Amino acid sequence: MNRRLLFILPLLTLALMAGFFAWSLLAGRDPASIGSVLVGRPAPRLEVKALREGEPPLTDALLKTGKPAIVNFFASWCTPCLAEHPLFTRLAQREGAVIIGVAWKNKPAEANAWLKRLGDPYKFAGADVEGRTGLDWGLSGVPETYLVDGQGIVRRHFRGPITERDVNETILPFLKGAK
Amino acid sequence: MIPELGHFALILALAVALVQGTLPLLGAARGDIRLMDLGRTAALTQALLVIVAFGALTQAYVTSDFSVANVVANSHSAKPMLYKISGVWGNHEGSMLLWALILALFGAAVALFGAGLPDTLRSRVLAIQALIGVGFLAFLLFTSNPFERVAPAPLDGNGLNPLLQDPGLAFHPPLLYLGYVGFSVTYAFAIAALLEGRVDAAWARWVRPWTLAAWCFLTLGIGLGSWWAYYILGWGGFWFWDPVENASLMPWLAGTALLHSAIVVEKRDALKSWTVLLAILAFSLSLLGTFLVRSGVLTSVHAFAQDPARGMFILGFLLFVTGGGLALYAWRAPQLQGGGLFQPISREGALILNNLLLCTLAATVLLGTLYPLFLDLLTGNKVSVGPPFFNATFVPICAPLFAALCVGPYLGWKRAELWPALLRLRVAFIAAVIAAIVAATAIDGRATLAALAFGFGVWLILGSLSEFGQRLVRTGFRLPPRASLGMTIAHAAMGVVVLGAVGTGAWNSELMQTMKPGDRASFHGFDVKLERVESLNGPNYVAERATLLLSAGGKSYTVLQPERRLFTVQRRQVAETAIHTNLLRDLYATLGEGDAGNGWVIRLYYNPLAPWIWLGAALAALGGFVSLSDRRLRIGAPQGGKRARTRPAVQAAE
Repeated sequence: MNRRLLFILPLLTLALMAGFFAWSLLAGRDPASIGSVLVGRPAPRLEVKALREGEPPLTDALLKTGKPAIVNFFASWCTPCLAEHPLFTRLAQREGAVIIGVAWKNKPAEANAWLKRLGDPYKFAGADVEGRTGLDWGLSGVPETYLVDGQGIVRRHFRGPITERDVNETILPFLKGAK
Repeated sequence: MIPELGHFALILALAVALVQGTLPLLGAARGDIRLMDLGRTAALTQALLVIVAFGALTQAYVTSDFSVANVVANSHSAKPMLYKISGVWGNHEGSMLLWALILALFGAAVALFGAGLPDTLRSRVLAIQALIGVGFLAFLLFTSNPFERVAPAPLDGNGLNPLLQDPGLAFHPPLLYLGYVGFSVTYAFAIAALLEGRVDAAWARWVRPWTLAAWCFLTLGIGLGSWWAYYILGWGGFWFWDPVENASLMPWLAGTALLHSAIVVEKRDALKSWTVLLAILAFSLSLLGTFLVRSGVLTSVHAFAQDPARGMFILGFLLFVTGGGLALYAWRAPQLQGGGLFQPISREGALILNNLLLCTLAATVLLGTLYPLFLDLLTGNKVSVGPPFFNATFVPICAPLFAALCVGPYLGWKRAELWPALLRLRVAFIAAVIAAIVAATAIDGRATLAALAFGFGVWLILGSLSEFGQRLVRTGFRLPPRASLGMTIAHAAMGVVVLGAVGTGAWNSELMQTMKPGDRASFHGFDVKLERVESLNGPNYVAERATLLLSAGGKSYTVLQPERRLFTVQRRQVAETAIHTNLLRDLYATLGEGDAGNGWVIRLYYNPLAPWIWLGAALAALGGFVSLSDRRLRIGAPQGGKRARTRPAVQAAE
């Protein structure tokens, strides 16, 4: 009988593995996500000086206006930011989205020159030269984008550049739904 | 109209496969020779139909027929012809069609070359092969039809995933599939043997060439994939223990074990149920690889066509094939009687050690690959298992494997003496020790383990060659049988791979420097000057290209032009590395982040012996092909066929 058991062992191993696979598929987990602890919680403190000359500094009040906001960390030295830039321009011009841009570890002069060259989609723009605010927001690099609802709660966190698909499937429904 | 022809051919192929998968089985059980012979006709017909379907899709790609949805999604009229053709399998649907094609071709090959097989065995093998085919054809037709039309047809297509537009990757999937699917034949042989209730020397002789062929293709496919990763990912490494790489390594390890255990079945009539299990596992691990790549349960640099719905289908199929096979195994294998006991110090003893170690390696890879998935599901912790795990587990298990590899061929069957064998290896041993000492003192004193591994590489090459040389002397310089010649080549090739891996992995050196145009750096005796960095616009990417001038002793040596491409749609940056090789070392340059103000990050790697990794893989495959050309192994060799047409029904050896 023990010998029999030995021959059934491969089958049992398979059953165990298959169970895990089915569980994984049905649970719909995303193996690429490293997760974000911010989703569902109030946005971290936003307190940065303005990027553009003569504008007041950015504060938390901007995130609790009752209107949803998109917070985008970018830098002029970051190539993927270049890739997502036209999408923000479209969101600002066509959808009238409130986009708060924060230039992260970027000299204001360089960030401003970059925006001048490509166009400026940001309703409010801040300069986080030291990267402190980025630290509070749990940034792993740029670009990263947060969707914050009218009450200041983070609803979505994108690491890496946003894509056309993110805009159509996530950001636009969010802007409509959160109004 | 041609795409519809392809579609109909595929439907017909499914119908034929259904016939081929059922009636010959019935015939074999009843002893009805007409039903059994149907298998051969059906296998050839099915192959012809799938060839027509594949040809139809290829035609749609070559002529850029944008009324076919698959072509629109994956091709572009301005693409070079090579990528139009490789685009056929550069996507989910097409690659599944390629898989079905190779499966049908292998089935046809069994029908054509299997004349010497007993009727019942051949018809059962063909039926099992057809049942696997039914799964793939149904998958294609019901979930991933490559011939779907779009109306109105767009003017041009979206183009192939840019990562796949690369000569290395154009041929990587077909080779890999030839390996994966090749194991379906050994699987079919294993299931047929369990149904017959008989595994004997003749069976092993029939299985071996198929295993060998699959193994050769898989070796080439893995080698090509590793080469691609080396020059495209830009990290200077050649193997990343990525889930998808592991997925191809596991069937390779199981296949290598099967290759060796089948010899024991053939020569000693032992290890039967073990060999059958390995034959089932080799194909199951191939399917597992497909599942892991396509279902998206693991994250990987390669993952493409991820879709949980398809994942469910492949999982179901995997369960059907593997679960069915293993259930049959649990039921019938205990009745397979092995012949006699044998001595630990003997050829068969060495082969068992080889099997134990290879299977431990495969289990290690399996565990390391799936552990993050298990842990995430059970505890919610996210971990990644990478090189540190495999360096601490996989590499040490290789040491006894390599140590024993050269000794095994010296041992005779049944009973052998260890000491005389070791004495005859003394030259290789002394040379290996000297190589290790030289490596530890002269090349890199810090990397003791690398020096040891280097010694192992030398041991593998010299040990294999000395066995070959001594055999030549003994036989009066008559060339040994090709099977044995192939073994020598493949064993020595492992040494070549090890040397390449040690050189690249342990003794590489790297220079990372931020440079502006005009800046100079010094690297391994070369004077490196960044001449310029320019922007390029590719068809679907933006790129920066650096021009590096390398000179030695005031004389210009070579120009390296690494690029960094950003594919906007895929959110992915791809380093197009620049490599200069002289077969003893690679000079490898990549371009990193940067701009004109601050300069660009330039990385230079000096990778000693790097080309040997792929040279070794190619040599190993060559060894396999040489062995395959041996008359004794040639498919359909007239042996064992005499037993045909005896009583076919179940003959459990009880």
